[in-house]
Amino acid sequence: MNISNTEKELLKIIADMEGTPEGAFNIRANGALAERRVTENIDIKTKTDRQGIDIIIRPGTKGETVHIPVIINATDFNDLVYNDFIIGEDADVTIMAGCGIHNCGEGESGHDGIHTFFVGKNAKVKYIERHYGEGDGNGKNVMNPTTVINIAEGGYMEMETTQIKGIDSTSRNTIANVEKDGTLVIKEKLMTHGVQRADTDFTVNLNGENSGANVISRSVAKDESFQIFKSNINGNALCSGHTECDAIIMDNAKVKAVPEINANHIDASLIHEAAIGKIAGEQLIKLMTLGLTEKEAEEEIVNGFLK
Amino acid sequence: MLELKNVSFNAEAQDGVKEILKDVSLKIDDGFVAITGPNGGGKSTLAKIIAGIVNPTSGKILLDGEDITNLSITERAQKGIAFAFQQPVRFKGITVNDLIRLAAGKEMDIGEACDYLSQVGLCARDYINREVNASLSGGELKRIEIATVLARGSKVSLFDEPEAGIDLWSFGNLINVFEKLHETKGGSIIIISHQERILNIADKVAVISAGKLKAYGAKDDILPELLGVTKSACSVLTETIKEAD
Repeated sequence: MNISNTEKELLKIIADMEGTPEGAFNIRANGALAERRVTENIDIKTKTDRQGIDIIIRPGTKGETVHIPVIINATDFNDLVYNDFIIGEDADVTIMAGCGIHNCGEGESGHDGIHTFFVGKNAKVKYIERHYGEGDGNGKNVMNPTTVINIAEGGYMEMETTQIKGIDSTSRNTIANVEKDGTLVIKEKLMTHGVQRADTDFTVNLNGENSGANVISRSVAKDESFQIFKSNINGNALCSGHTECDAIIMDNAKVKAVPEINANHIDASLIHEAAIGKIAGEQLIKLMTLGLTEKEAEEEIVNGFLK
Repeated sequence: MLELKNVSFNAEAQDGVKEILKDVSLKIDDGFVAITGPNGGGKSTLAKIIAGIVNPTSGKILLDGEDITNLSITERAQKGIAFAFQQPVRFKGITVNDLIRLAAGKEMDIGEACDYLSQVGLCARDYINREVNASLSGGELKRIEIATVLARGSKVSLFDEPEAGIDLWSFGNLINVFEKLHETKGGSIIIISHQERILNIADKVAVISAGKLKAYGAKDDILPELLGVTKSACSVLTETIKEAD
């Protein structure tokens, strides 16, 4: 692959990629295609009307993985892409997306990705997305991902979204429509530090009979950072929905959680839970009795919480 | 050797200052010491003072002759004091394996960590990757807590009511754990307990009541008196019931 060491490092962090991955992949570096591979079952096409790609997974494809990382190591660079995922009926695949920014300049670098999923009948998708930023300068790293999910009858999608480091500002929007017997699971892990700001907004429409959703967010806010978590589950049929936000607050950080559930059908069963609090004193004490310093204990608790 | 010299502890209460511990002096050599006494007598406070979680109002704590009174929880742990909480703490995300690894203070393979769990009667494979969270029962947590102290392998191992929440079937196993710890490892084992079977395997017994050390000596000297009191109290009760009939 014709990419620099910095880019290799970023790829390793966001996509667990060392060398060329197995299966289909598409690497986008500083707004252009760096490398692509398609397979018999998975096709990747560049959009002709705007920036972005279509990832088309043939019905019945089982056990394959697609990597579509985006890396940016230029300063003053803003990238906007539209990626569509068409997952055929009965397929069972893993999609690893991720965006890594290495901004060593003074300017702002950003990536706004709009990902739309069409999960076919009885298809199963695991979607893993990681956001990471780093830099040697004072430049800001900005990411505003939007995810639109459409799950057809009996489909299943699990979305694991992680942002642990280095993103100064993020506004993450996810909208999902789940049809009959479909299931959506979202697991968010988020850590902010410094003066970072993170907005998360999940809207899930449970439209079909026996549809279900579980939205779980765990976050840690450190230093002067600020997080807003919003989730809204609309139960429009016989369905079950659960949303849970659990945040650890440290230093002078602020966290706002706005869980919302709307039952629009007599057989909608919806639950929301939200908890924000500092690390429990007894947890620190317990780890200190094992010989850890207070600082080390704090790190273990935070790492465990976000694991 | 652990030594408490004239340890007192006062706590703020609604109606002024309450004396929780009053001038307690206790020398604990290598071996197995059980601390017993009525609820609310100050035993748990004493344990927390030894671990450094609570600072005494006055008095000193010495470990092998070194004054550790002003050392932090961490420093005391590093010098060789291990403490099993009466009410173990739950963590979201931290696994049983993490906790045992942290307790041992080194990287270890799963097999080694499993050994500690097996010792406390937990089927290691089922537990090693579980989170130490609310999904574990009180008794399971309690046994994991004991396993972390075993993994530490410290000079002083302190257990606050290890039997609480452990079911009757596992109790015999727990006794074996302490007996084995006593046989195979030097250092001091201090167990706060109300259980006769635990007191029975101790070398020495200390009785703490109303904040004071009421008695301390060899088990064979203390226990008959202690249990005698209970038994005679029971027989009085039985007689009274008979009379009432």
